[in-house]
Amino acid sequence: MLETQRSYWRVRLSEIGARNKARAVDQKAMKRLKENYRKWEEQILEPWLKSSPELDKDFQTPSNIKVGRVYTPLDIENFDPVRDAGLPGSFPYTRGVYPTMYRGKPWTMRMFSGFGTPEDTNKRLKYLINHGETGLSIAFDMPTLYGYDADSERAEGEVGKCGCNISSLKDMDILLNAVPLGDVSTSMTINAPAAILTAMYAAVGERQGVPLKKLRGTVQADMLKEYIAQKEWVYPPEAHMRIIRDMMLFCTKQMPQWNYVSVSGYHIREAGADAVQELAFTLADGFAYIDLGIEAGFKVEEFAPRISFFFNCCMNFFEEIAKFRAARRIWATVLKEKYGVTNPRALLLRFHTQTSGASLTWQQPTNNVVRTAIEALAAVLGGTQSLHTNSYDEAWALPTEEAVTIALRTQQIIAEETGVADTIDPLGGSYYLEWLTNEMEERAFSYFDKIESIGGVLAAVKAGYLQREIAETAYRTQKRAEEGKDIVVGVNKHVVEEEPPISTLKIDLKAQRRQVKRLKEVRKQRDNAKVAKALQELKNAYKNPDANSMYLILKAVKAYATLGEIVNVGREVFGEWTEPSLL
Amino acid sequence: MAAKSISKRTEQKKIRILVAKPGLDGHDRGALVLCRAFRDAGMEVIYSGLLPTPEQVVRMAIDEDVDVVALSLLNGAHMTAFPRVAELLKEKGAGDIIIVGGGIIPPEDRKKLEKFGITGNFGPGTSLKEIIEHIESRVRKERR
Repeated sequence: MLETQRSYWRVRLSEIGARNKARAVDQKAMKRLKENYRKWEEQILEPWLKSSPELDKDFQTPSNIKVGRVYTPLDIENFDPVRDAGLPGSFPYTRGVYPTMYRGKPWTMRMFSGFGTPEDTNKRLKYLINHGETGLSIAFDMPTLYGYDADSERAEGEVGKCGCNISSLKDMDILLNAVPLGDVSTSMTINAPAAILTAMYAAVGERQGVPLKKLRGTVQADMLKEYIAQKEWVYPPEAHMRIIRDMMLFCTKQMPQWNYVSVSGYHIREAGADAVQELAFTLADGFAYIDLGIEAGFKVEEFAPRISFFFNCCMNFFEEIAKFRAARRIWATVLKEKYGVTNPRALLLRFHTQTSGASLTWQQPTNNVVRTAIEALAAVLGGTQSLHTNSYDEAWALPTEEAVTIALRTQQIIAEETGVADTIDPLGGSYYLEWLTNEMEERAFSYFDKIESIGGVLAAVKAGYLQREIAETAYRTQKRAEEGKDIVVGVNKHVVEEEPPISTLKIDLKAQRRQVKRLKEVRKQRDNAKVAKALQELKNAYKNPDANSMYLILKAVKAYATLGEIVNVGREVFGEWTEPSLL
Repeated sequence: MAAKSISKRTEQKKIRILVAKPGLDGHDRGALVLCRAFRDAGMEVIYSGLLPTPEQVVRMAIDEDVDVVALSLLNGAHMTAFPRVAELLKEKGAGDIIIVGGGIIPPEDRKKLEKFGITGNFGPGTSLKEIIEHIESRVRKERR
């Protein structure tokens, strides 16, 4: 089995390599081009270079892809517009997943937000809806992400700081107060406790009278990238993967419009990976979830459409656009060839994009408005389904209302003023972009082959291979910036001495006190015997690998068991994860 | 490269440094970059790994007999976690261990942290050279 899998990546890699090197069919036209190119070099370029040398000997993308002076059909001699690009909404989906793209429906403007108490975040969500946001996206604080209640010792000083605190169903009720769950789609950036938050969302939906079948949204629940990059885990990988499996099974039956895994490259990139690594590691994770689903007895055709993706968009404009195009083509091709998928809906790589937080600078922060606008434009030209734009003050703190508004307006200006959304994949066919798309695809396959040779994603995580690859790239990037090889305006060039302070959002300890107080009330008012019984049943389910824990998580949530209590049941059964050494 | 020559000029004894993230914060990019940079600058580097409590950080610092503890947090909890490490070190009689900090630390918090003896408190975009020089200069003063 392993042998045939390994050979798929190897075979495909050599096919792509051969395609990228292949000669064109129309040799006569190519000969003319070559002649023209040679003449240009001799008669125009060389005399020019003698008097005006170029700024650098080599130009390269942040992924170390050498960038040529100018691209011509000679660089993509074997480019086949049908095989390699196709048309929007048709295989291999390089140009976009839908036949009309933004002409039919603009991307969803989904601003990631959350801070302080559920009341604070509820207010911000309503503010954004009133200003034209079209989908919700909720950020949780560190205690919630790591599965600790607001009154846990480990939550001291951290409640509400990085996102909204949720300790029990009561908090979720307040967070979603007067948000019409039957009408909006909600994305929740939650991983280790994703099943619990999904259960809470379902419970609030039921109270609002919205049937589970009608609830639309996404939980990130991509634990693989947690071990690789974001590092918000609780249990060892196998335990989390099993809980994801349970949630997949539950959602398929009960919440068919719920995207239960959002395979995320965003955090891989923020942790220091380059664009090629982001592309390769994210898709490798995606294939691992496909394997998990197959193992759980699903048909790929049925569950692949519920897997969505989440990418970063950083500053190297064309490399980012090429990454998105390559991602679609790779996903569709591998699902078709390796997994035998025929249902077109199961071949689509749909994705959310967030502009790069790591590209924002602390220095001269208003420049970040420009960075975000350029990154957002690349995401749109790359065919994203939804987009979050960062606020200019986010290298300093969580964003103020004023900063968030500019970030949202940036998307609206791109959508409504620039005309870039009027035609699909307007950069398709660009010699450079098509060449770069091919190049990134080939490099991604080379990583797939390498990961497979280590024994798959999980083995590569346990060996620390993926984490070290990212850390080494991060260190290289930092050194390049310090040597002045990579320019960051305001940081290592065009620097000014003093920065006027900007006003930032402050989250004080009041949020923690309020959350702790409410938690006390919840513990007092609930039926504690019912909670204990629900937690015991969950424990039994966790101990039985064939049981589906999701139904029992829902039961515990409805009995007002707290997030921390539910997560602790797993801590007792599965233990906690310790990362291998990354030095 | 400049960093290397500076460390040669410092004392004979290598600087032992614990890079630690005392809290619920998985953002380890900066910490891992620093580990590599400190190592390349000739220091002996110990990394706390993720999610230690301030108590665990202090235990590691004492057990490993380090000269410096470099604290990194990007989750906004630095005003709780950093002073706690400083207090615990003093309590355990290890007040001579130098503490430096970094992360998303607003200027007004920097002054407050300095009162606890936590210096540097570097924000995003700080060069590795500046951080290394700061640590070496504090160690030089301490060893004098």
